[in-house]
Amino acid sequence: MALYSEKVMDHFLHPRNVGVIEDADGVGEVGNAKCGDIMKIYLKIDNEIITDVKFETFGCGSAIASSSMATEMIKGKPVTEALELTNKAVAEALDGLPAHKMHCSVLAEEAIKNALEDYQSKQKK
Amino acid sequence: MIYADNAATTKMSQAAIDKMVSLMKDTYGNPSSLYRFGQKAKEELELARETVASVIGAEPREILFTSGGSEADNQAIRSAAILGKAKGKTHIVSTKFEHHAVLHTLDKLEKEGFEITLLDVHEDGLVRPEEVAAAITDNTALVTIMYANNEIGTIQPIAEIGRICHEKGVLFHTDAVQAITHVPINVVEQNIDMLSASGHKFHGPKGTGFLYAKKGIKLSNLIEGGAQERGKRAGTENVPGIAAMAVALKEASDKLDETAKYLIEKRDRLIEGLYEIEHSALNGDRTKRLPSNVNFCFEGIEGESLLLLLDEKGIAASSGSACTSGSLDPSHVLLAIGRVHDVAHGSLRLSLGEDVTDEDIDYMISAVKEVVTYLRSFSPIWRDLVAGKKQFIL
Repeated sequence: MALYSEKVMDHFLHPRNVGVIEDADGVGEVGNAKCGDIMKIYLKIDNEIITDVKFETFGCGSAIASSSMATEMIKGKPVTEALELTNKAVAEALDGLPAHKMHCSVLAEEAIKNALEDYQSKQKK
Repeated sequence: MIYADNAATTKMSQAAIDKMVSLMKDTYGNPSSLYRFGQKAKEELELARETVASVIGAEPREILFTSGGSEADNQAIRSAAILGKAKGKTHIVSTKFEHHAVLHTLDKLEKEGFEITLLDVHEDGLVRPEEVAAAITDNTALVTIMYANNEIGTIQPIAEIGRICHEKGVLFHTDAVQAITHVPINVVEQNIDMLSASGHKFHGPKGTGFLYAKKGIKLSNLIEGGAQERGKRAGTENVPGIAAMAVALKEASDKLDETAKYLIEKRDRLIEGLYEIEHSALNGDRTKRLPSNVNFCFEGIEGESLLLLLDEKGIAASSGSACTSGSLDPSHVLLAIGRVHDVAHGSLRLSLGEDVTDEDIDYMISAVKEVVTYLRSFSPIWRDLVAGKKQFIL
């Protein structure tokens, strides 16, 4: 048996939405202080709809795959819906993660929430 | 596939496989039985003991067969602790970058009241003999220091450390799992009282190993039962495995010089090639290292992703990254030589096999370059380093 599911390997080897959005409407960066993984999410939002999303990740295969999957799941979605994304949903969409790698999907959820909060705080100003 | 993880385990030698199969098929008697069929197995067992002893300059009765390096380490340290305690000595000296078979045994002894001193291994991954001398007190029961490190391959000044221990009347054990067959070992000349080795690291079978313990050192049992192994390890002996291990040990030891010369040339070609990657560093001393070992850190990337991508390119390697460890901490060896967490995550160990070619080396260099560049292209840490928001360490 392989370490990761085929879905995880697919998203790791061919990550979707890799890169940077220079004029992003929201940017989120989170790190796992202990294991050292870092995830950065860039959002382009138009009329409360996420029109584009990019990510950069320093981390293991499951961290990169979780970033890729999570960005796919919120692309084109309303902000309110993206706020409800859970790490469990990300892990399920990847056909599961090994137990000791679940924290990578948590990182993806947190990075997206962090970017959405950044967007919302900018809206208030 | 290029198998570059020979420090993890090795391919069995054909001669060892032949020996093992032949004994499994034709000599399956129990060496403790008195009939000839059992005694034939006993002969094979004792022949293996003689072979192993001759390779390291020991006497056959000083060799105890075990299930591997971990068991040998456990038994050596436990025995020395018990011997020490009987004389009122409860202090053990070791190093920060030992194998967990040693470190976890020492942790347990600490909980049982022993005092443990773990020496620094400095940036070059080398123990300083004068620091060993300074650490030994009247209360010291044992010094246990590995011969060569399993991750960064650095070779310790074992003969000198042994000499110091003997001058001070302290027992000296070395975990030689990585060193044996790569470095010439003679337990008498190098002042070694106890030595651990593992069969599958030198093309023998898994589940085999041995402990050398100098005559007069009373070993304590980890396994109680029958009178096998001079009563020091109960259980019917793994005769096919032991005999095959001895064949592999002899075979590898006989061509040690030739292999070392060949591998050093390949190792150095690989090190030079990988140094072309900017912001990278070799872990461990440049020359006082195993002929087969290359270990690098690459700044701005994480090791598990690196391994998975190298696997896609047909290269089997290893990393000290937290993500590959099962725990969340990077390798204790890399931390011990002063690598900070961020950098320790981006480590790669390539441990070469004797059949590696220049073409393999060049392919590995280009594959690693490509993968490191790719991973850096979307690493937020690398972006910050390049933008000057963070300082480069390497």
